[in-house]
Amino acid sequence: MFEISPTEWTAILLSLRVAVIATLVATPFGIALAWLLARRDFWGKSLLDAAVHLPLVLPPVVTGYLLLLTFGKRGLVGGWLADHLGIVFAFRWTGAALACGVMSFPLLVRPIRLSIEAVDRRLEQAAETLGAAPWRVFATVTLPLALPGVLAGMVLGFAKAIGEFGATITFVSNIPGETQTISSAIYSLIQTPDGDTAAARLVIISVVLAVGALIAAEVFARRATARLHGQ
Amino acid sequence: MLRVDITKQLGEFALAAAFTSEGRVTGLFGASGSGKTSLINTIAGLVRPDRGTIVIDGETVDDTAAGVHVPTWRRRIGYVFQDARLFPHLDIRQNLDYGRRMNGLTEDPAQHKRVVDLLDIGALLDRRPGKLSGGERQRVALGRALLSKPRLLLLDEPLGALDESRKLEILPYLVRLRDEAGVPMVYVSHDAAELRQLATQIVMLRRGQVTAFGGVKVLTRGT
Repeated sequence: MFEISPTEWTAILLSLRVAVIATLVATPFGIALAWLLARRDFWGKSLLDAAVHLPLVLPPVVTGYLLLLTFGKRGLVGGWLADHLGIVFAFRWTGAALACGVMSFPLLVRPIRLSIEAVDRRLEQAAETLGAAPWRVFATVTLPLALPGVLAGMVLGFAKAIGEFGATITFVSNIPGETQTISSAIYSLIQTPDGDTAAARLVIISVVLAVGALIAAEVFARRATARLHGQ
Repeated sequence: MLRVDITKQLGEFALAAAFTSEGRVTGLFGASGSGKTSLINTIAGLVRPDRGTIVIDGETVDDTAAGVHVPTWRRRIGYVFQDARLFPHLDIRQNLDYGRRMNGLTEDPAQHKRVVDLLDIGALLDRRPGKLSGGERQRVALGRALLSKPRLLLLDEPLGALDESRKLEILPYLVRLRDEAGVPMVYVSHDAAELRQLATQIVMLRRGQVTAFGGVKVLTRGT
């Protein structure tokens, strides 16, 4: 039962690669956006906030289709990227990473935003009186104090990315070795006769990864509290 | 030297203050709600005046007519808040060193030692702010502000959050600071006794207006 076949390994490793890349690329954007939403007032802020949460409430297949329209080979952005920079998303693992990044983005941003909001602004003010320019206030006070939240967001985003299915399969299909992640492999296996045991193995692996991520997020959240209390 | 001539509307509250102080310690005295903190925050650049000028040590840091507003971080001031506001993620040594790093100043071990000795905080250097008593925190906050080499030190009720015995513990340090550190100070307090010990000049505030200005003897005329 616990002999993992090469095809399954391929799917597991691909899932990990897709989720790691998606999380790493999305994090800087997530921090910037979380900071904007937590610390700045500007026109269209609630609109932006809604847009960030959109992938959470839209049917994943809709998000995937919109990605296909935008980032597909003939898509507005996808066509330009392919012609000018040689970056292709359609039916590639990079497309899977993009889909996972977009789908997990709301989960990544939220803990970061909350932890930035929890940073005492009076500390940022104190840093300013000590001669720190705004970006240095962010780098030396805001970000370090929000770091546990950033890590928690990354863990949650990673967990979401590794399990993403609907948007990925719509956008980049289900190609073994290129875009077949754990989720789409399970989907294929349960449609195949005799695929049950293999599917069960991947299901167990998914559960372990998801629970591990949640525990990690919880640990980071506890550290955040301890850190903010100066222990 | 500090020259202030500003007005600022804060909701219902109108602040209008004008004074020039050459003293080593300018005491801003008044009841709570008299505008002391708004005034010191304006000097710090944390609040932008509606109209007027502020000159610190010969540099115009605010001049609304000329559109000048030097941001707080470029004013080269030190600010000691009522709640020390030490950085909880840094130890005491790093807290003390923060202003020097942000201002790009070279290390000055002699100055560091002088300040640490003056405030008696040598034993605390490796601790975290969370492990310090209120009085210790306030002494570290004083040291942190001093070590950024400010040209003006602002203190907003630095003893306000401490009980009587702690106040008596800190006051001598403040007197030493006045006599030895050589940095002019603006000291906000609602406690006349405290200011009598520390201040060399008094700006008395009432409902956002300066009602008296002069030596410490203006305190005896009552509010």
